[in-house]
Amino acid sequence: MSPGSKNSAFEDEPAIFEKRKPHLLLRARIFQSIREFFTARGYLEIETPQLITAPAPETHIESISIQDRYLQTSPELCMKRLLALGFPKIFQIARCFRGGERGDLHLPEFSLLEWYRTGIDYRDLMKECEALFLFLSHRLDQGTRLRCRGMDIDLRAPWEKLSVQAAFDRYASVSLDQALNDNRFDPIMVEEIEPHLGVNTPTFLYDYPASMAALARLKPGCPSIAERFEIYVGGIELANGFSELNDAHEQRKRFEKELKQRALLGKGISPMPERFLKALKNMPEAAGIALGLDRLVMIFGDARTIDEVIAFAPEEV
Amino acid sequence: MYNASDLRKGLKIEIDGEPYVVTVFEFSKPGKGQSLYRCKLKNMITGVIIDPTYRSGDTFKPADLSERKMQYLYNQDDEFWFMDVENYEQIVLKEDQVGDAINYLMDNLEVEILFFEDRPIGITLPNFVDLTVTKADPWAKGDSVTGDTKPITLETGYELRVPPFIEEGGKITVDTRTGEYVTRVKE
Repeated sequence: MSPGSKNSAFEDEPAIFEKRKPHLLLRARIFQSIREFFTARGYLEIETPQLITAPAPETHIESISIQDRYLQTSPELCMKRLLALGFPKIFQIARCFRGGERGDLHLPEFSLLEWYRTGIDYRDLMKECEALFLFLSHRLDQGTRLRCRGMDIDLRAPWEKLSVQAAFDRYASVSLDQALNDNRFDPIMVEEIEPHLGVNTPTFLYDYPASMAALARLKPGCPSIAERFEIYVGGIELANGFSELNDAHEQRKRFEKELKQRALLGKGISPMPERFLKALKNMPEAAGIALGLDRLVMIFGDARTIDEVIAFAPEEV
Repeated sequence: MYNASDLRKGLKIEIDGEPYVVTVFEFSKPGKGQSLYRCKLKNMITGVIIDPTYRSGDTFKPADLSERKMQYLYNQDDEFWFMDVENYEQIVLKEDQVGDAINYLMDNLEVEILFFEDRPIGITLPNFVDLTVTKADPWAKGDSVTGDTKPITLETGYELRVPPFIEEGGKITVDTRTGEYVTRVKE
């Protein structure tokens, strides 16, 4: 960075803001339309605390601690406690925090839409995702096609469905098993597979290896696969959904495994989410999903970076 | 030591005993997977570009780089000699390390020499240098209109285009970053 560039960034603020303004207006319309969509479908909008005592232990997600609490990395655990308490259909627009995540598609502080519904599985949830995107596109007067990153993406159902196994077979230079053995799943996903996803229609990448799902149910009769999917649009990962694991014993084992993995990597260890595990015993079958709202605005606004769709980037605060 | 999360454009690190500068940097993180730091790195000695992907936990040694003020002495074949003005130590750079700077090197020019550890690897010129015109066609008043240019040759052998009023034997200032004429030097 050249000397004085910080000052010039301040001077450029009105110009930067002029470029962001249409994206901020779009953002507001998307948030309103989301509320409209879920309310009309009988979902209850809820809020759960941002300051929590025990985030879901995950190897590669860093929570930020404030005094004796953690800023939520996702509202997932609290929302599932509400399912267990008898709320069958809930959604939330939540501010979430993850340490060390900063790039063209990442912010350490971002907005997630999460929704959960009892009595359905991840396939039903995929259909609801298709309906949501079409509804939003309609509300934004963008028809059924999305123009994003030079691509022309058809939002009409059904979207492309590609299992993780098939994606490796089709696009990767090594097999899925090989990638898992060599601990190269993530780099191959980013470099060789993701650029092909969500090109003609959005893509559901589904059925993840069981080892890659901390909170998802395993496929009945197929314990090597977790009922988890991700949505990709224009090569960008937008959402992560699954059939929810509601076996408290199995969930504890998974958390223990994640915590052990974190300890091995020398990462911070947070307490076991005991209240959640207790509630899980009463949680009915359900499916739920987390969708990155900043990225959703990016794809509907054809923004190049996530900074373009927020009021102020972390470096501008 | 740097961590993968310290990586950013312009950072200079050492890999396998050679200095590299980060020219492109991209953070990515698939699903609930690992943080990945995708880079393009340029070898500061050979210019070779590599594109590794690093993960959190990877660490790097900062490249031990320093700059010293030196004076250009002379060249012999493809060797260019410079001298530290304080301790009279002399070092040599090869022609390919000097690069485009060759167009501006005249005796006693003060430059910054970049060292990797004790090894000289590159040169930084002053932004502006004054050089004598050794060859230029005469300018006949009235022949040209403003905005025209003509080719000339400088004392270093560098050829460039300048306004028509520049004459042989005169001095001009050249911007070493663009290689372009800036102004006539008044004697």
